[in-house]
Amino acid sequence: MSDELKNWRELPVGDVLEGGTAANFKTGDWRNQKAIWKKDKCIQCMLCWIYCPDSAFIVEDGKVVGINYDFCKGCGICDKVCPPKVDAIEMVPETCELLLK
Amino acid sequence: MSKIAKTGNEAMAEAMRQINPDVVAAYPITPATEIAMIFAQFVSDGLVDTEFVAVESEHSAMSATIAASSAGVRAMTVTSSQGLALMYEMLPIASGLRLPIVMPEVNRALSAPINIHCDHSDTMSARDFGWIQIFSENVQEAYDNTIAAIRISEHPDVRIPSMVTTDGFIISHCMEPLEKIDDADVKKFIGEYKPAVSLLNSIDKPITIGAIDLQNYYFEHRRSVEDGMEAAKRIIPQIYDEFAKTFGRKYDLIEKYKSDDAEFIIVALGSTAGTIRAVVDELRAKGVAAGLLKIRVFRPFPNNEIADALKGAKVIAVLDRSDPANTFGGPVFGEIRAALYDLDKRPIIVGYIYGLGGRDCTLDHLRSVYSDIQKIGKTGKIDKICKYLGLRE
Repeated sequence: MSDELKNWRELPVGDVLEGGTAANFKTGDWRNQKAIWKKDKCIQCMLCWIYCPDSAFIVEDGKVVGINYDFCKGCGICDKVCPPKVDAIEMVPETCELLLK
Repeated sequence: MSKIAKTGNEAMAEAMRQINPDVVAAYPITPATEIAMIFAQFVSDGLVDTEFVAVESEHSAMSATIAASSAGVRAMTVTSSQGLALMYEMLPIASGLRLPIVMPEVNRALSAPINIHCDHSDTMSARDFGWIQIFSENVQEAYDNTIAAIRISEHPDVRIPSMVTTDGFIISHCMEPLEKIDDADVKKFIGEYKPAVSLLNSIDKPITIGAIDLQNYYFEHRRSVEDGMEAAKRIIPQIYDEFAKTFGRKYDLIEKYKSDDAEFIIVALGSTAGTIRAVVDELRAKGVAAGLLKIRVFRPFPNNEIADALKGAKVIAVLDRSDPANTFGGPVFGEIRAALYDLDKRPIIVGYIYGLGGRDCTLDHLRSVYSDIQKIGKTGKIDKICKYLGLRE
């Protein structure tokens, strides 16, 4: 691994990177709960997509189609903003399976 | 160039007006309050183009200054003592991001007990955060150093933030003659700010500043701060040379006063150097080979220049205006002692902690130090390596 790492002279000065580098990593692997999106209940109001602090909601043709768990950190904001009458998001504890992975 | 009477704070505020930074974010703290206050008046009077951010704390002052500097504009703030302490969390961020922030900072004691007067405990406790630290002996230096620091910090090889210090009340509030440079000449000397990194100018190709770095990269990034400091050591004398050629006043990392042939040298920073100079003259008239070495730039630490300036001395006394309570003297003493270690023939060196909380350092105090070190020179005996000066014991 150390062969691929840059030495200090090769790095950009001052901890500057190109934008959006989080897309290169799985940043959701430390969550302890996760959001479950229920397709049958969803009214496509898009509030979850707007409020998600990351980019975990997958949108195709203007509609939410699922959650990208590589980025969902389990913060629960989508669950809070999903209208109560709709209740299309459920937060569930993360399983050991993922932790073991 | 015009000659006027100004206090240290007024002179630094005046330098800031002439620098005309894009952003100043500041919070009041004695004895530095006046600098931001006078500058805020300049903003209100439309004499500068600066966006002045009246923040709610020094932590926010430094945060806003870092943000503005990252955005790609010339950003400054001012502080002192507890205010600097409240900035601590942000100080290594400014250096780690290699942002060329310049901050006038007035040296004042740290609590407790609460005290508003001069010592160097605030600045010395921030000495290892990757900031350039320049100490000013008088009002003129406070003004000149502030202007020079813009060029130093913004130099493409340096890109390290600077704190330019004066001694609280002794310099910050005392009026002295100041040779003021014309506005246009300051503008020309500092030049247009060309940011190396700019969030505002990266709309087409977005950048991230200050991303997380773990075991595999943090070390390399912090090493880069040392690289900026090494460059600063080379660049600072060049900028001061250019300053001398342009404005006639010559400065350097260190300043020697009658020390070339001196047997007994006192080393000091800041305003006390002026008092020492008077005692050196007095002793020279009596035939004593006394000298002074003033450290103007403490960070980066000019170890080679100091060793060269002190190598011919018999006995050296280092004055520290802060007490790290480490049982082995002040930081200036320790570092100078280390700088002399590689000399073939090492002079004897002793340390004095003095002037805490604004305690006066008088001619008599300094006479006693020269007398002590002359005695050590004669007998070769040191009763105590680190002592206090002007303390009731």
